[in-house]
Amino acid sequence: MAIKQFVVASFQDEELLVPAVKKVRAVGYKLYDVFTPFPVHGLDAAMGLRQTALHTAGFIYGALGTATALLGMSWIFVVSWPLDIGGKPHFPLPAFVPITFELTVLFSAVGTTLTFCWLNQIMPGVKKHIFHPRQSDDRFVMAIEVTPRTHVDEVKQFLLQQGAEEVTVQTAEEGWWYGFFSKKEKYEQTNPQWSVQ
Amino acid sequence: MLHYESTVREPLVNGSKDYHQVTEDIISPLEKKPGKLWWIALGFALTMLLFGVWSVFWETYWGIGVWGENRTVGWAWDITNFVWWVGIGHAGTLISAILLLFRQGWRTGVNRAAEAMTIFAVLCAGQFPVWHMGRVWLAFFILPYPNSRGPLWVNFNSPLLWDVFAVSTYLTVSILFWYSGLIPDVATIRDRAKKKFAKWFYGICSFGWRGTAKEWQRLEALALLLAGLSTPLVLSVHSVVSMDFATSVIPGWHETIFPPYFVAGAIFSGFAMVQTLLILTRKILHLEDYVTLGHIEAMNKIIMLTGGIVAMAYITELFIAWYSNVVYEQGAFWWRIFGPYWWAYIILITCNVVSPQLFWFKKLRRNIPFTFVMSIVVNIGMWFERFVIIVLSLYHDFMPSAWVYYSPRWPELGFYIGTFGLFFTCYLIFAKYFPVIAVWEIRSVLKRSGESYKQQMVAIEQKTTEEFMQEVQHEHAVAAH
Repeated sequence: MAIKQFVVASFQDEELLVPAVKKVRAVGYKLYDVFTPFPVHGLDAAMGLRQTALHTAGFIYGALGTATALLGMSWIFVVSWPLDIGGKPHFPLPAFVPITFELTVLFSAVGTTLTFCWLNQIMPGVKKHIFHPRQSDDRFVMAIEVTPRTHVDEVKQFLLQQGAEEVTVQTAEEGWWYGFFSKKEKYEQTNPQWSVQ
Repeated sequence: MLHYESTVREPLVNGSKDYHQVTEDIISPLEKKPGKLWWIALGFALTMLLFGVWSVFWETYWGIGVWGENRTVGWAWDITNFVWWVGIGHAGTLISAILLLFRQGWRTGVNRAAEAMTIFAVLCAGQFPVWHMGRVWLAFFILPYPNSRGPLWVNFNSPLLWDVFAVSTYLTVSILFWYSGLIPDVATIRDRAKKKFAKWFYGICSFGWRGTAKEWQRLEALALLLAGLSTPLVLSVHSVVSMDFATSVIPGWHETIFPPYFVAGAIFSGFAMVQTLLILTRKILHLEDYVTLGHIEAMNKIIMLTGGIVAMAYITELFIAWYSNVVYEQGAFWWRIFGPYWWAYIILITCNVVSPQLFWFKKLRRNIPFTFVMSIVVNIGMWFERFVIIVLSLYHDFMPSAWVYYSPRWPELGFYIGTFGLFFTCYLIFAKYFPVIAVWEIRSVLKRSGESYKQQMVAIEQKTTEEFMQEVQHEHAVAAH
């Protein structure tokens, strides 16, 4: 994607983070993203994020599973090879219920999980820039993208006023790339001040 | 004040902890080299596994005849063990799915280990029907795929095929549920890792997770959806297992009560296994603050409840056998109690009906050594329940000349021991390299249910309603300006 500059603030408490996010949006800085060690309820509303449509996807996959199971079993028993099993009817709908149910669940679960990975752009072997080494531990991290019109020092001051514990300026790839977390990136080695302290 | 929970409820996390302390407590044991005890345990588990592999090899090489089964008793230890292991898995899903839907905060301390237990138990269970096929190289015949044998399809009317679908779906969904919850914690280990290999390994396993607001929002939606799917799924799996028996016309098996009876029994034995594992794990990894006495008591209450349902089912079975006036049905139950296997029935009743009643005493529910012993007693009882249902319905069939007494031979015993080896090998590796407690879920309940945070609520609870309201209004007024 693109290498960009970010002003990164870390907070010690989610009760400081949520009002700060609201303020940043009100002032009009370009909020890149917020990283938290656990789901902070109300944060998505404060950031103005939509509710996810993952549930709808799950329903569609489930319906696909139901159709696959019912149509598949009916076709096999009625058309492909009508087999006489103890004189039972060729289209025994009640006997199809368990497998129809299982396939509905299977399709819905697998489909939704894959959609979840795709939407979040996560996969084994995918690497993304980590803004703060403790963003998955106990720090609440907000990254603001630097645009040509941003005054970095002003943003820094603003974030410190909101109760940020420390504010750094980092240059990082904004998207994901294939790579391993054990390997340092090229731009990090040549520009040590860009990597996280 | 974002969080509030009454101090009447016991804290879920003991001690004065902040977010970082929680991470340290749960993740730092993974970063150390495995200790002596772990190696000994792993060696023991691997020995059991190897013995199992040898037993299965022996059985596959010579055929099913090396087992103690015969023409009258065609299903015995193998199917008993299958049902037992599948049943054990059910508690994990109950904790992670049903308790999530019911918003039970205490699930956060036990769900990860219980879900792992589910997966390993279902893996063990799956071995039995597969190797029971005898000619295991034809195992793929159970899959419906267009083939050059006709095409000869599978029988979709058969509960045995329903089982194939139910158990494989259950395993898949359990793995997805477990791993999607594990990703954020793996990311935590990755970000803390110092060694190159750890960074590489946990980096791959974490899928590049960063914990953005949108990621969390989607993860919570996914967890809710998987919980909604798993809840009917877990009920269906053991119902389908019970239909292997209930849809047949064998006296003692042909009962409409079987699905709920099996599901209750599954949860009963599953919670017992969770207790066995967690009591050991919390002790060895020093996680007493996260798996508290409150957690253990809550699980004991569920054991009591499901034990009660199971007891009710035993009584109903006996009553209906008598009330039905069907001589074969009556015979099946007569021979269960007064036949040569009377001792199995006695063990079943003692372990499953009598002993859980001791949990009516609060002191015993909160007694850890007693709970540990009980958890093993319950699982012995539940093993005998399946043995009684399967073997004791078959060994005295319709024709007295075909009546037999069944005893297992060493390959059956070895196979069963082998699945214990598989189970504990998997669990030991999991507990050493992955967090046995869902760290991010503990963080999310910490401010509501942590002990030190709850103590701050004491002052608030002592205020009168008027005082409290005035303060809240004042706070709102300040915030508005």
